Amino acid sequence: MSLERAKPLLLPLAALLVFEVWIRLAHLQSDSLAPPSAVLAALAAALADLTIPIATRDTLLAAFAGLAIGSVIGLALGIAFGVSNMLDRLMEVTIEAVRPIPSIALLPIALIALGFGYRMEIVIVAFACVWPMLILSRTAVRGVEPRLMEVSRALRLTPVQRIVKIVIPAALPRIFVAFRLSAGIALIVAVTVEIAINPLGLGAGIMQAQQALRADLMLAYLVWIGIIGYGLNLALVVVQRRMFGRAAIAGAGS
Amino acid sequence: MIWRIASFAVAAGFVGLWQLIADLKLISPVFLPGPDRAWTALMRGFATGDLTGKLIGTLEHMAYGWLAASVAGIALGALIGSSRLMRIYIAPSLEFLRPLPVSAIIPVAIAMLGLTQGMALFVIAFGAIWPIMLATIHGFAAVEPRLYEVARALQMSRPAIVFKIALPSALPDILAGMRLSLTVALILSVVCEVLAGLDGLGHWVLLSARAFRSADLFAGVILLGATGYVTSIAMSLAERRLLAWQSTR
Repeated sequence: MSLERAKPLLLPLAALLVFEVWIRLAHLQSDSLAPPSAVLAALAAALADLTIPIATRDTLLAAFAGLAIGSVIGLALGIAFGVSNMLDRLMEVTIEAVRPIPSIALLPIALIALGFGYRMEIVIVAFACVWPMLILSRTAVRGVEPRLMEVSRALRLTPVQRIVKIVIPAALPRIFVAFRLSAGIALIVAVTVEIAINPLGLGAGIMQAQQALRADLMLAYLVWIGIIGYGLNLALVVVQRRMFGRAAIAGAGS
Repeated sequence: MIWRIASFAVAAGFVGLWQLIADLKLISPVFLPGPDRAWTALMRGFATGDLTGKLIGTLEHMAYGWLAASVAGIALGALIGSSRLMRIYIAPSLEFLRPLPVSAIIPVAIAMLGLTQGMALFVIAFGAIWPIMLATIHGFAAVEPRLYEVARALQMSRPAIVFKIALPSALPDILAGMRLSLTVALILSVVCEVLAGLDGLGHWVLLSARAFRSADLFAGVILLGATGYVTSIAMSLAERRLLAWQSTR
């Protein structure tokens, strides 16, 4: 590794080292802080006894199920609104009235209707994922090269054929950008719901570690959640580059 | 204009449909109150002042946390963004932290500060600072390099460069970041109120749900939606006002 690439790593490593030394020297006994080495040990132990892998599976299951449902709904609405100007204008007030409701406010409604568990979490994640998907896919569909639409008219494609053969392929790079954004939101909302109320997954795990005054385990969960978030984003960026190449980067920029 | 009216009519149609479903008891009224009952609960809440107090509580959490995050985010962002050295050493770590679900910091904050008002403010500010700080750094990095050359030619001091050149030209980015943070602040306010039982709409909707008072619950959710809507409109107005000079683009 060249020196240039190592530079960004210097600061976090130095901070961890100072933190470690400071806690060791001060003999700090704390419910909220633990030396990085203890956090690492706790992380390794929790990974080995499968508590963290199981919690991760639960969280990702709920996040991805919600993401799938939410993005299908958002995509369908986004394409419909993007293709039909009339529909878009008619639904504007309804959409603008529902969209600003913070997803987490639905938590109590989902709680009394569905109880604890996967279902309520999935519903809330889906609600949160609909909006970015709807808005961005609508813009993407609107941005489809007008000449392609003229071609589709010249070829006398039916509306369904036009959407499947022209609109979706042309808008796909930007739709994927929307999907990547939604995936990040899905994970955030899933963890938030678990921390707030749902006894499931990583969010519940970190809350339990806090209540058990296990600072090392709590921070281990925090680090792990960070790794999951970073890894998910990285994976989607790689997929995006592979699938769309330059088109995706252009789509992200505009 | 006709479209606008038609659009409102469609929305009214949906409310009508909701009323119909509630009246026919297609979904148990324990879960779904009609719009009439939600509205009555909303009005009663305002008349007795219960809901007003909760609304003010939530707005306070949101505003304090967001303002603290804005000040700190712009200051830190300007500091990091205006120095090449800091950009190389610090910015990548920040990018690494960006996808972290900020709510995961809540247990840590509870462990350090307890279930207090201070914990809520810390969490909200911590969550809301990222979009603002990263947008500021980005805005500073994207300043037209020729403007810096001009500044050097005029022998401006570093603070002068920051205030006269970098900040104004980064303003669109910063405002976009602040708008994003506003949503984050609202969501985190609700979560903190739910967890710590602080006075606010989050606590109100949770209590209503526990007591199966669905009309009160929907009143709270409607009010939260309205809060999100009004704050985002206010932000757009402020944005248009502050960026009026930019209209030549």
